[in-house]
Parts: sequence; C-alpha cells; structure tokens
Amino acid sequence: MAKANFEVPELKEHPEVPKIEPGAMAHLETFKAKPEFMEALGFPGELSDNWQEQAIDAMGDMLKKYRSLQVYMDSCVKCGACTDKCHYYLGTKDPKNMPVARQDLMRKVYRRYFTFAGKYFPKLVGATDFTQEVLDDWYNYYHQCSQCRRCSVFCPYGIDTAEISMAAREIMDRIGLGDKYSNEIIGKVFRIGNNLGLPGPALEDTLEGLEEDVFDDTGVEVKYPLDQKGVDILLVTPSADFFAEPHVDGLIGYGKVFHEAGVSWTMSSKASEAANFGMFIGSYENMRKVSQRIREAALELGVKRIIFGECGHAWRVAYAFLNTLAGPWDFLDQNYPVPQHILEFTLGELEKGTLNIDKSANDDMVLTFHDSCNVARATRMGDKPGGQFEIPRAVIKAVCNNYVDMPEDTIREATFCCGGGGGLLTDDLMELRVKGAKPRMEALKSVTEEYGVTHMAAICAICKSQFTKVIPYYGFDMDQIVSVHQLVSNALILSGQNSEDEDDESEEDAA
Amino acid sequence: MPIEVDGKTLETDEEGYLVNLSDWVPGVAEVMAKEDDLELTQDHWDIINFLREYYEEYQIAPAVRVLTKAVGKRLGKEKGNSKYLYGLFPYGPGKQACRYAGLPKPTGCV
Repeated sequence: MAKANFEVPELKEHPEVPKIEPGAMAHLETFKAKPEFMEALGFPGELSDNWQEQAIDAMGDMLKKYRSLQVYMDSCVKCGACTDKCHYYLGTKDPKNMPVARQDLMRKVYRRYFTFAGKYFPKLVGATDFTQEVLDDWYNYYHQCSQCRRCSVFCPYGIDTAEISMAAREIMDRIGLGDKYSNEIIGKVFRIGNNLGLPGPALEDTLEGLEEDVFDDTGVEVKYPLDQKGVDILLVTPSADFFAEPHVDGLIGYGKVFHEAGVSWTMSSKASEAANFGMFIGSYENMRKVSQRIREAALELGVKRIIFGECGHAWRVAYAFLNTLAGPWDFLDQNYPVPQHILEFTLGELEKGTLNIDKSANDDMVLTFHDSCNVARATRMGDKPGGQFEIPRAVIKAVCNNYVDMPEDTIREATFCCGGGGGLLTDDLMELRVKGAKPRMEALKSVTEEYGVTHMAAICAICKSQFTKVIPYYGFDMDQIVSVHQLVSNALILSGQNSEDEDDESEEDAA
Repeated sequence: MPIEVDGKTLETDEEGYLVNLSDWVPGVAEVMAKEDDLELTQDHWDIINFLREYYEEYQIAPAVRVLTKAVGKRLGKEKGNSKYLYGLFPYGPGKQACRYAGLPKPTGCV
C-alpha cells in the first residue's frame, strides 16, 4: 500500500456525524481531460471566452429535456434530511459534500438565470452569477459525488443528486471542461472496445490462460469463448473481469456455471465492456454510442440472449435504459429477461439443481455482502420487489455456510457507496476515495468484531477495485474482497472434476 | 512534469507516465524508482522486462493473473503471486511497474 499524504479517518465504534470543516476538500481537483479526449466524445477541446453563455444555454436545454432536473431545482425545502447521508460528507467533513449543498451549486445558478426572483432580486433568493469561481466549485464538487443516490432515498421530495451531478458534468463537457478519467476511458471504448483498451489478441490470450488454469485445477475443459457465432448467450462483462483481482475469479465462476448448465455462450471483442461511463458524465449521446456496441455484437454473433456480468452501473444502464438506448431487442428470445443478470441465471440453475455444490469449500471464510449502489437503488433482479437484494444473498448462502449481514442502515437500499463510483475511481482522487469509504469500513469493522467476518463479497467491478485499494488504509487486507461468482466457483464441483486428493495445487491458496 | 534521463529531458503526464513510449531507456526506470525511494534489484528488472515484452506483443499491460502466472513459470512458483509483486512494487504492479517500464497506465475499473 502506498503512503497516505492525508489523514485517514479514524473508525468509530458507532458512526457519528462529524462537525463541519468548511473547505476541507476544496483543494481536490481531478485531472482535466486534454482537448483530444474531449473532441473524441464530441465536446469542445477547451473552454472558450464565452463559456458562461454556452453553459447557460446548455442548462436551459437540459431543463427542457429533463423535466426532473427542473423539479429538483425548484422543490428543495432545505429540511436537512440529506445532510448526514452522503459518505463523502461523513468521511471528509466538508459541508459542500452535503447533498443539499452540492445541489445548491447548480440551484443558485439556475435561480439567477431561469427564475423571475433570481433575475431581478438575486440576493434575496441566493442566486449568483455563473462566475469562474462558481465553475471551479462545480468542477471540484461535482467530481466528489459518486452518483450513488443514497441521499435521494432519504429526501422527502425524492430529489436525485446523482441526476444533478450528471447534468452538471454534461454542462461542463459541453463548454469544454471534462475530467480525464471518464472521458479518456469512453474514448478507449470507441477505439478499442473496452475501458482498459484490451485489444482482441490480448483478450484471447487472457481467456486461453483462464482455460488452462481451470483445466489444471479441475481436469475439466471449461471454455471461455470469444466472438463465437451462433451460440445462445452473449455475456457482456466489465473489462476489469479480464484484468484485475478478484474480478477475474468471478469471470472464472461465470464460465463454470455456463459449462455446468450446458448452455452455449460467448463473449465479444466488440462488446468487451459492460461499463458505460457515458452515464457518469450525464451524456445521453455517449451512453447511446457505447450501448450500440452491444446491439451490434448481438446481431453479428446471432445470439438469442444477453447476460450481464458483475458490474453495478452497467446493470443500471442495462436494466433501466438499454431498450431506449439500443433497442428494440425483438430479435432476442423473449422467454428470457432482456437483458438478464448473471446472478439471476446462476440462482435459476441452483434452484433447478443443475449445479453440484460443496459449500464447505468456502468454510475458511465468514462472508458479508456489499450492496452496490446502482444495483440496490436503480435496478431490480428477478420478478419480485427487492430481488436485487435477495438474489445476491440467496446465491451466496447457497454456496457458503457462513454469512452475516452488515448493520441494516448500511445495506440494501440504504447501502453506502464503496467511495469510488460515478467515475471517481482514479488515483488522483485517492484522498476522497479513502475518506468516502469510511462509513462502509465502519460497518465492515463492526461485523468483523462482532461476528468474525473475514471477507466482503461484491458484484461490481468498481466496488471490488475501490475496496482492494482502500481497505488497507483501514487495517484490512486486500484479499478480503471477493467476487460473488468467485464463491460460486470455489463451491461448484464440475462434472468429471478431479477429486481434491489429486489436486496438488490446493496448498497454494493457503500461502 | 518532465524527467531528466541520461542528459535528455523526457515528457511525462500528470501521473508521471511517459508521454512517448518510444522515449524509454533503462535509465527511465532508475530515475523513477529513485523518486519513489526504491532501489531496483534484478527481481524488479525481471518484472519490468516482462511487461515490456508483453506490451510489445499485445499493446496493453498484462492482466494481474497473466503476470503472476508468467512470473511463476519463469522465476519459480513461490514468486507467482500478487503478494510477491506488491512486495516489489508497493504502489501496485499494474501501475508502478508499468510506469517504470514506460507503459501507459491501465485505465478503467482497476
């Protein structure tokens, strides 16, 4: 772990609302996108002299397009319910990280240019000109929101700060001010097919390696197919699943489940990314372009079903927006959900009894589960309300003997963000990421101490990467984060698999 | 921030990665390691060299698993794990070692 050049928050036995420290995070400004990254996404390369005029035009355009935005601007009554709900406020103590204050950064500009009172009596209604100083605050604090929507659960009016922060980023992009992390990545998806920039041959090499590893472990030839035409299922998964730990252990798990279920499936080099950072920057056009790759791949490969791997915001885009962005999906088999989540598929197989499970394979762990914000608060799984909470837990409990939930006010729809979502998973925001993880770390610590929890499972590539990086700052070990399908993989005995005695590699895991 | 290597000034980005991959010479790794207070041993160089070879073939840094597997094969099983690699490169093999090797930083949800 790298040395921290900021103060790592101290975990308290009971979470407490901190005293405010104005300006505590004012210094944190994420790297700006270079002109070439901006232009590749259809935005101006840099700010022009009349950026203010352009920004007000863009805001007016968005207020017309998204009526919700106008409602959010108008309806806040300053009740204060949201003030202690944001993990970034709780971790940084900066009052501008209170959701109402984050919204007010836009609201005061909205009032100045779009309301009668603000046009004529700005001081009376807290309206301000869109100055450079305001724009700087926008850039810093709209990149300190992970768009997790926890605050909106507690807002009596349902004001969605995520949508406001997305709109703010879209307005900034439209005047030539974008962040490097998200915008460079979206450009890579257009150029190469995924966030990481993994070209086809690298994907192929990685997947061959996985086939070898699974064969060495089990003696069974499980395939991890790429660009195979005429199969039933297209798996769309975050590219981190090919690349990072513990993500790749989850990918191994998906393949084993498909193998045992006896279905034909493939991944695609064109749609080698489930993530869609177009959502993080609030850009409908970029979100649509990223989504279209999935449609093209599905058509070219002639698949009948689409299944998404473990990725939080991808599931929001898939579940909530895919039909609008890239539909109609009338060419897919309508007997299955379009699209389907891998956990829905796996639970179905577990219930059918096609998977031979040895739960004791996970007996070295006591598990808990981190609900990913986008899955928890913006989607559903299965056909019952709350399926997005119950299905992951049902899968974990079907493959593990030891499972404990974290405190109720930190999970399910009240789940705390990992601290790295919404396009903030970049090293230059490490201070924010570490501090923003504090509420989750407190919850994890409480079940560690009370119930002996050893591992936390997640179903989102961002959550997994964020946690493996930040939990060492709080005294945990990066290996304590696992993929849900990694647990499935551990417990799943493949047909014809070597018995454990023949497996001379098992000692390695203990190291 | 540019860095000085063998009397030449080389351009790097905000995070210290080389802007032009073709600028790389072994001295780049030495200079960068010195800034991080790290002394490069043969163990470090084995990793750096592998990263460069892999990049040349695939135009991307290897996945963690690919790297650990290759290291295990070449340098012995006990070294084929991410703990060993983090021991060498505390900021993460994917990022710190790539930077020393002159490769671009892996981006995305990693």
